[in-house]
Amino acid sequence: MLSKSPPVVWRSRIYRYRLIGCKCKNCGRVHYPPASACPYCSSRDLEEVELPRVGKVLSYSIVYAVDSDARERSPVILGLIDLGVTRIIAEITDANPEDIKIGSQLEAVFRRIGEDGETGVIIYGLKFRPVI
Amino acid sequence: MARRVAIVGTGHSRFGVRYDVSIPELAFEAIREAVNEAGIGFDDIELVVVGNAGGWSSEPLPAIVVNEYAGLSGKATLRVEAACSTGSAAIKTARDAIASGDADIALAIGVEKMNESPTPTVVEFIGRAGNYFWEFENFGLTFPGYYALYATSYMFQYGAREEDFCSVAVKNHYYASMNPKAHFPRKISLEDCMRSRYVAWPIKLLDSSPITDGAAAVILASEEIAYKITDSPVWIEAIGAASDTSNISKRTTFTSLEAARLAAQRAYKKSGLDSESIVKNLDLAEVHDCFTIAEIMAYEDLGFVKRGEGYKLAREGQTYIGGLIPVNLSGGLKAKGHPIGATGVSMAVDITRQLLGRVEKGRQAEIRHGRGLAHNIGGTGHYAYVTIYSLSKPRGD
Ligand SMILES: [Zn+2]
Repeated sequence: MLSKSPPVVWRSRIYRYRLIGCKCKNCGRVHYPPASACPYCSSRDLEEVELPRVGKVLSYSIVYAVDSDARERSPVILGLIDLGVTRIIAEITDANPEDIKIGSQLEAVFRRIGEDGETGVIIYGLKFRPVI
Repeated sequence: MARRVAIVGTGHSRFGVRYDVSIPELAFEAIREAVNEAGIGFDDIELVVVGNAGGWSSEPLPAIVVNEYAGLSGKATLRVEAACSTGSAAIKTARDAIASGDADIALAIGVEKMNESPTPTVVEFIGRAGNYFWEFENFGLTFPGYYALYATSYMFQYGAREEDFCSVAVKNHYYASMNPKAHFPRKISLEDCMRSRYVAWPIKLLDSSPITDGAAAVILASEEIAYKITDSPVWIEAIGAASDTSNISKRTTFTSLEAARLAAQRAYKKSGLDSESIVKNLDLAEVHDCFTIAEIMAYEDLGFVKRGEGYKLAREGQTYIGGLIPVNLSGGLKAKGHPIGATGVSMAVDITRQLLGRVEKGRQAEIRHGRGLAHNIGGTGHYAYVTIYSLSKPRGD
């Protein structure tokens, strides 16, 4: 993985750890990742909202050609997850590929994502796991 | 009123792993051939549009180095980028300059050297061609992973099988075997493809286009100049362009590329062709098969068949010569190779030569309507260009 500048990591610190999206006060739609402009109607009148922590699999892939710092975890299960108000792409953890089907219920969990080289920051963030 | 624009010369380098040449040397292979074919002098070119996506090739000023090597320094020039549809964007930029009256003769050259950095770096760069933080860095999503989400969704919704995807690879390798410029000019069997390892299930290695170096060039000219240069201009009848969200999670459909559908509708409207019966007006199409699922979605996004029936065209062999519509007779990105910035221009070169009946026997389409279509996608449906090339002079605006 290419090195990232500290400001880039710093700017994203909150959203790495919490499942936050933005709701548009003009058109009412929710989007993720959060941005200060609505991607659907261009309004700047938005509020941050906590997103539902449970969703279902819309599509998925079992990725073998992964980023260099995720190689030890290969293959990685990747999910396109429907949270109802919006969708999110996230890694699916604590599961075998054969456990995952379209429609499977998932819930958000906090996990180690990777590290920026040997001396860089260790990055934590959100993943999803099957609802037991 | 916009002026009509035609292709009057084409050039194409050998595609493959080209450690033997630098970017300008590779570009010049295509430029020299295109200029010679047009029978013009380098002095006659007024504008040079260089399509180069870059990133892996560490060349910050590709237009400048390409022009200096070709003896084109001094010309108006720029570098154009639209991810994997960079080549089509370069053609559009050159076409627009001529259509507006700003230039009479322009060169559009697409060039990419992807084999200058180790493969994981290239895969990572391509992976970032979606959204930097949210869908790659955080979640380890590489480029095949994006298309895999579409492939899974498509299989689930319509009942397509991995064999259907592989049948696209078999076809494209079959035609590449007759194209001496192709990266992989050899046939593969369905079993070869089905046995290849998974890159991102359900996408396998032989469902994927390779990492290729290559260049392709076209000389474009205004109507008046085109008739002075050649008896057989190939017209740019229409270009439809569109785009979509950076985050694919913001999209609503995962069985088709909305940008491609929009670009096609815009191109059909501009050309005056009936989108309902488009295949009846085309002799062939070159479509963006970076992964085999992308070719199947292209059949539907272009309106060759109804939604959910693209895989049947592949399964039934309807996109071979003699079928409903021949697709990727060059070998496609899959087997001809996919040097990012060159791909859209390579499509233009091959379609031009097809329409003029000049390609190798065995992969030459029967030309009855005098019309071919190029479908060139950037990223995972982030950019889309649909360009229609025609032997007949297009209607005015
Ligand atoms: Zn809005």
